[in-house]
Amino acid sequence: MSCTQTILDYGLRAIGIGERLLPRTDFTLCQQFTLIGSGLIWNVYFAVMALVVGFFLANAVAMGKASDRWWLRKLCEWFVLIFRGSPLFIQFFLAYFIFLRLKQAGILPFLTVAQWGALVVLILNTAAYSAEIFFGALKSVPKGEVEAAEAYGMTGWAKFRRIIWPTQMRLAWPAYTNEAIFLFHATTLVFFSGFPTWRQQGDALYYAQYFADKTFNPFVPYPILAFYFVVISVAVIGLFGLINRRLNRHLPQAQRPKLRYRPQIIR
Amino acid sequence: MFEYCVDPSVLEGFRWLSCYLTTGKHFLFYWSFLTVLTLLAVTAPTALAFGFGGAMLARGPAPVSWLGKVYIMAVRGVPDIAFFLFFVIALDQGIEYLRHMVVCPDWTDPIRQGNDFIVCSDAKTPNNSADQIYHDVYGFFLAVFTYAIVFGAFAANVLFGAMQAVPRGQIETAEAYGMTPRQTFWRITVPQMWVYALPGLSNLWMVLIKATPLLFLLGIEDIVYWARELGGTKQAKFTDYPHGDWRLWYFLFLLVFYLAFTKVSEAVLDRVMARLTRGQGTLGGTA
Repeated sequence: MSCTQTILDYGLRAIGIGERLLPRTDFTLCQQFTLIGSGLIWNVYFAVMALVVGFFLANAVAMGKASDRWWLRKLCEWFVLIFRGSPLFIQFFLAYFIFLRLKQAGILPFLTVAQWGALVVLILNTAAYSAEIFFGALKSVPKGEVEAAEAYGMTGWAKFRRIIWPTQMRLAWPAYTNEAIFLFHATTLVFFSGFPTWRQQGDALYYAQYFADKTFNPFVPYPILAFYFVVISVAVIGLFGLINRRLNRHLPQAQRPKLRYRPQIIR
Repeated sequence: MFEYCVDPSVLEGFRWLSCYLTTGKHFLFYWSFLTVLTLLAVTAPTALAFGFGGAMLARGPAPVSWLGKVYIMAVRGVPDIAFFLFFVIALDQGIEYLRHMVVCPDWTDPIRQGNDFIVCSDAKTPNNSADQIYHDVYGFFLAVFTYAIVFGAFAANVLFGAMQAVPRGQIETAEAYGMTPRQTFWRITVPQMWVYALPGLSNLWMVLIKATPLLFLLGIEDIVYWARELGGTKQAKFTDYPHGDWRLWYFLFLLVFYLAFTKVSEAVLDRVMARLTRGQGTLGGTA
């Protein structure tokens, strides 16, 4: 079987298009590359969706943490503490069993499926981590800029929208880039927690483990997986670097903050 | 455990619960918390030692420093839990392969036969006939080693930075007193670097705590394993304590355990930081 045929058969296997049966014997390098790559669709789906939704939620929580109302502040602090203080692995398990209960009670039954339920957990998790980053940035917005805005007669929303928020994003962006990369890595945990795979449609790590179990040779599938993730990390740094450039386009060249990749393993 | 537990089917409320929570399997569950704590207690110093070795290598002369830098870069660059899954099998096969070379030199068949990894039966680690306890200890040892290698690379990075952060003046003073580079390193750099290393190391400790549930992936009967096992629905046929699906409550308990552990660690590390900064010429220490 040629490699093109393999790609046609298994390229979209992770979302249920193509060959139903996974290869069982005589694994070729091409099959491993194709299937692990097709599992990557799920990693990208989880990470991108969680980042987009989590970004807005994180901004809201960061503002809540800086709020004057004590109950709102406490609520946001507890939210951040719970999601940052416990392992994501446990959060997945716990959430799955909560969703299972809800399903039995007839509420939101679709949440027991990984693509919705795990997404909810990832959104909340990344929102908590990002909220802490955004809150830290909010605290370090220079006083002078805010006073200048007030001197111009800006108040409330206009002051926030036009002065505080852009500076806050600018300050938070390098740390937020790392958060995006960690989130990509964290998506590999989804199918290792409670969430079941449906018809063997798993993520990249799921297929990598499938091959490692079947061939009893970890030296091929895991390096392939690592390769894919290094590529993704580089792509994320590139994309976020472009946004970083736009955020800092008014600054003199030498003062622009550089993005630095500081990987962390597990959350 | 208690005398009134003889016939659980007639018990109600609190008494039932007290009997339920003291069954043999629950004690295994409580023991597994000790497994996790032991893992942390063994791994943290081991990883620190790996980190210290890595940082010292990275500071050394040219060919040696590459070794340290490659170690730091390789582990930090390879993304994620895949490393945990990968390393345990790789280590296991590596050990068996080495023993195979030593124990059975006359073996001529290839070791990788298609999808199988075959070594002679003497080289199986631990031996097939060994007690269960040896298998458990061996598995635990592999886990500790994996954690130590992964977290050692991160610790090496932190310690490397901390060694560089010791003020230049201190080193120059030591040289002016005629200390050799070795003396300078052990008497000046190492005692002073901890204060710079501590923020990074405490961050690493928090990450290490949160990485412990992954023991489950390494096939060890840890708290996640038992929470799943005990929480699942139990039929009256198989157990004296039938109940529905209680995994939710078990995992809620684990969540609370980790939150409390993180909180306590934070408080302790703050105190250590306060102790270390005493008398140092930094913002935190000039009191």
